[in-house]
Amino acid sequence: MTITLNGDPHDVPGPLTVSDLLSHLQIDSRRVAVELNLVVLKRHAFETTTINEGDDVEIVNFVGGG
Amino acid sequence: MATSFTIAGRTFRSRLIVGTGKYPSHAIMRAAHEASGAEMVTVAVRRVDITRQTESLLDYIDPARIFLLPNTAACYTADEAIRTAQLGREAGMSNWVKLEVIGDKDTLFPDNEALLEATRVLVSDGFVVLPYTNDDPVMCRKLEEAGAAAVMPLGAPIGSGLGIQNPNNIRIIKAQAGVPVIVDAGVGTASDAAIAMELGVDGVLMNTAIAGAEDPVRMAEAMRLAVQAGRLAYESGRIARRMYASASSPFEGVVGR
Repeated sequence: MTITLNGDPHDVPGPLTVSDLLSHLQIDSRRVAVELNLVVLKRHAFETTTINEGDDVEIVNFVGGG
Repeated sequence: MATSFTIAGRTFRSRLIVGTGKYPSHAIMRAAHEASGAEMVTVAVRRVDITRQTESLLDYIDPARIFLLPNTAACYTADEAIRTAQLGREAGMSNWVKLEVIGDKDTLFPDNEALLEATRVLVSDGFVVLPYTNDDPVMCRKLEEAGAAAVMPLGAPIGSGLGIQNPNNIRIIKAQAGVPVIVDAGVGTASDAAIAMELGVDGVLMNTAIAGAEDPVRMAEAMRLAVQAGRLAYESGRIARRMYASASSPFEGVVGR
């Protein structure tokens, strides 16, 4: 299944939940925020929100800044 | 001995807020934070690098001792800033945001119109908004009326190291503000931070002045002392400026006179 992930096409085994996607990418879910189709997800919704073909996913974290 | 200050009900003993960007390494950043005594640091919100495991910034910041303040750096519209603030809220542990809406890529001066709009939207969404803005007293008043929890006028362009370009404006902003005033951006060296504090502001926020110094850890220590000295001087009530001299020693009893 192809989705847009952080601006680029990306193949994932899917459909899958946001939690599953983070595990698949080896990303710690406690240190990121996720936006699905321009909607910022609450962390408690990671396990229950499904990502489908063609979805636009953004995964962000904190980096150094002023 | 040191006086504390409060933003949105949260009290800080340190009046120095520092950034996490542009350090030579995360380890140096952590040591500089320690030396600065800062209790709040800013962070940026960016896409995770999917292709590789990078060192996490958060491994070098103790959340029990340091409060994270996400910024909306590099946002050029209200919508971008609002979206970034919301992502920062979910990634972090609070609803605080250092709100930046940039109007020009060379000066990084704010787009105040969009900043005001974003402030209103985020305040109504429950955020504690600390907007980065110009040293414009009218703008600071508008941001406060829009619900900002503090106002953060710049001293000079971000990263410029030029110091406080318009001290009189900063003084006016503080005199008229009902919320804390934090000078954010433009500090270059310790005296700049002390000057800002002597104007009466509540705190100073800086990144480049420390991270870009030859010795960031020692500069962080210098800044800690400068902010404390400036605040203490302000609270001590300085002497007036005079055009002519006023002798410190008595006229009477001079030998041979």
